[in-house]
Amino acid sequence: MSDKKPERRDFLFTASYAVGAVGVAAVVWPLVDQMNPDASVKALASTEVDVSSVKPGNTITVLWRGKPVFIRRRTQDEISEARSVKMEDLIHPEKDEDRAKDPEWLVMLGVCTHLGCVPLNDKGDYDGWFCPCHGSHYDTSGRIRKGPAPLNMEVPKYEFVNANTIKIG
Amino acid sequence: MSDHEYTPTSKVGKWFNDRLPLLTLANHLTDYPTPKNLNYWWTFGGILTFCLITQIVTGLTLAMHYIAHADMAFESVEHIMRDVNYGWLIRYIHANGASMFFLAVYIHIFRSLFYGSYKSPREIIWIIGIIIYLLMMAAAFMGYVLPWGQMSFWGATVITNLFSAIPLVGEGIVTWLWGGYSVDNPTLTRFFTLHYLIPFLILGLVVLHIWALHVPGNNNPVGIDIKKPSKDTVPFHPYIVIKDGFALLMFMIVFAFFVFYSPNILGHADNYIEANPMVTPAHIVPEWYLLPFYAILRSVPDKLLGVVAMLSAILILAVLPWLDTSKIRSAVFRPLYKQFYWILVADVLILGYMGAMPAEGLYLLIARVATAYYFLHFLVILPVLGFKEKTLPIPLSITEPVLGGSPNLAMAKNKESIDK
Repeated sequence: MSDKKPERRDFLFTASYAVGAVGVAAVVWPLVDQMNPDASVKALASTEVDVSSVKPGNTITVLWRGKPVFIRRRTQDEISEARSVKMEDLIHPEKDEDRAKDPEWLVMLGVCTHLGCVPLNDKGDYDGWFCPCHGSHYDTSGRIRKGPAPLNMEVPKYEFVNANTIKIG
Repeated sequence: MSDHEYTPTSKVGKWFNDRLPLLTLANHLTDYPTPKNLNYWWTFGGILTFCLITQIVTGLTLAMHYIAHADMAFESVEHIMRDVNYGWLIRYIHANGASMFFLAVYIHIFRSLFYGSYKSPREIIWIIGIIIYLLMMAAAFMGYVLPWGQMSFWGATVITNLFSAIPLVGEGIVTWLWGGYSVDNPTLTRFFTLHYLIPFLILGLVVLHIWALHVPGNNNPVGIDIKKPSKDTVPFHPYIVIKDGFALLMFMIVFAFFVFYSPNILGHADNYIEANPMVTPAHIVPEWYLLPFYAILRSVPDKLLGVVAMLSAILILAVLPWLDTSKIRSAVFRPLYKQFYWILVADVLILGYMGAMPAEGLYLLIARVATAYYFLHFLVILPVLGFKEKTLPIPLSITEPVLGGSPNLAMAKNKESIDK
């Protein structure tokens, strides 16, 4: 076969296979893509939360896109603890200044970056959060300090609509 | 497939069989020559067929009452338990049936490991078996999600998040699996669909598994090739049928004990609390049959490597026929392998126990040692053993050592261990 020169028929075979492959892919893609988030799921993209009743040292948990979001009003001690950590001590180095634009408010997804459990408040070796599933410890900025989780808890896109309301998403 | 020509006696039978040879197939199955020294560890193939059919029948009936919707699934399961006639019985048989299925499949797999049933010429039977085992785990996992309790929800979250360990595309795959940004209604409906589909895929693979078995015939406790049919074989019916039937009755006693006397002992109380995406239960533990692999996942401190280790622990079984270099099949004639075999059994049991314990301190240390040994067994001990081990002489036939008059004296001395 290999020493033979390509003939017209070989060209026809190759062209037929190529057209066939494109056709199959065109049919398979809708079947695969139907499993991605649909329009109604995507429509629930943002949530507004009233935070006027949250006192310093308290955390509220709200649901956004089916996931819990922690909104913590931090105490002065927690802020200074979070801001005094050296970058080289962090597994996933991120400045607290970048994670909490307003130092008093920490807004992040309450989802452990290991396998998606919800970490517990005011627990763990770093005064922040502790994930009961596989033992990840987070600090007062929600940064991973110890355990199997690879990343800090994610800070979603959010903004203060006014002094009392946070819009997440 | 058939070892001999078959002609139906009746005229109608012959007419039908000439057009669709179902009677030839039935005759092949009844006459199928089986080694006459098969012990009770060989009855689990039949028991597993029973388990599969039980799961399909009870599953079909449950699906007539279950509602796959995040707002209604939990209540519909309670409705099955309280209102549907015999709903409690059917659900308890289905839930405990999954455990019984895994109990039987683990015995079946460890029987193959002891008697070397995975070796040439039975590699394809073995690999089909591993695929069935993987599908069983997928079906069991998705079935556990359907009641939409706390363990359902968080088990689904943790297991689907395993895919997020894949670099670059991981997060996209997880979103695709969920059909959203967290485990929610779209996840539940697709899991229900797949949970319904997989048993039928397994059924198809079981047909292939048995077909591939009927080409070389059964392995046996002595592990030697036998002529078939011969003095070393008996026809499948009635000899094996009646023996399998007796073993199945014994198995059903165990099954019935769980269903009627402790139907919830193998489950978790947390799953009687409805799914709550805001709160994770304090201890997330998979069902008992997945614990050894869960222990391997947790014993590796890195997320990606943990997932890789867990998957490798299962997939390594698929290449086992080529990792085991020994020409001798049965552990009866492999004094060293026999010891390593029992160490492996203990190792897997230890891993299972550690998987149920919190991943810290001494538990974690033991889990790490046991994980390392698991891979050492397959990747180092088995390949080396094939070359280094001094095996015992194997008999020439099944009948010979039993009836005496064997030309091999050393083998006659070994008679006792063969009889086992």
